[in-house]
Amino acid sequence: MAQPNRAQPQRERPLSPHLQVYRPLINMVMSIFHRITGVALYVGTILLAWWLAALASGPTYFAYVSDLFGSLPGRIILLGYTWVLMHHMLGGLRHFVWDTGYGYDLATVDKLSWGSIIGSLGLTGIIWFLATR
Amino acid sequence: MARNFRTPLKNVRYLGSAKEGADHFILQRLTGMSNAVLAVFLVWLVASIAGANHASAKALVANPFVAMGLLLLILSGTIHMRLGMQTIIEDYVHNEGPKLAALALNTFFAILVALACVFSVMKLSFGA
Repeated sequence: MAQPNRAQPQRERPLSPHLQVYRPLINMVMSIFHRITGVALYVGTILLAWWLAALASGPTYFAYVSDLFGSLPGRIILLGYTWVLMHHMLGGLRHFVWDTGYGYDLATVDKLSWGSIIGSLGLTGIIWFLATR
Repeated sequence: MARNFRTPLKNVRYLGSAKEGADHFILQRLTGMSNAVLAVFLVWLVASIAGANHASAKALVANPFVAMGLLLLILSGTIHMRLGMQTIIEDYVHNEGPKLAALALNTFFAILVALACVFSVMKLSFGA
């Protein structure tokens, strides 16, 4: 990698301001959420691996893990995971719209941003209604 | 470490193109598309198995179509999440050493999760 010339005295150059100087806008918040939900899904794959491994290991251990997931804290985590998955999925679909070069005017950006949070909450509700019915 | 305020552009100018990078973008989008479809499958599968006993849960996962769907999801999901986490690490970890360590751990984690899932699904499908 090319290194800067150390012989010359370094003068501190101004840096552009970061997130904290901006008023939060919905598209900015959704962008941050997209990254955070991505990390949550990343960590959450441990749950899928654990659950599949438990299923493969036999009835006794599967019953134990199944009870853990079925307990109140387990259900809360799974509910959160459902919302995170739906939010990241809709966020991704929103990015596909932008990848085509459309939807960059402010009104559409706002609509897509609000749509992804309302949509993710709605889908989570529908999934849990159908699953626990 | 001395602070360096030269822009990345200044450091790489006239060195030629990296000749890669588009593949990262394209693979992220490609796996994103398949994940969107496979997420629906995962939700259906988990909802179908929730509360089921071991025998019926095992029978469902051992079904060839369900097993293949799971394998696709694991493959697509772990590739996608590794690429995403790589972007996050490159955005926030600027020191070479910790960055390389984090990138290596990211790859190891993705492979470990994928292997644990694939092994379990294969065992459920082929095992007695």
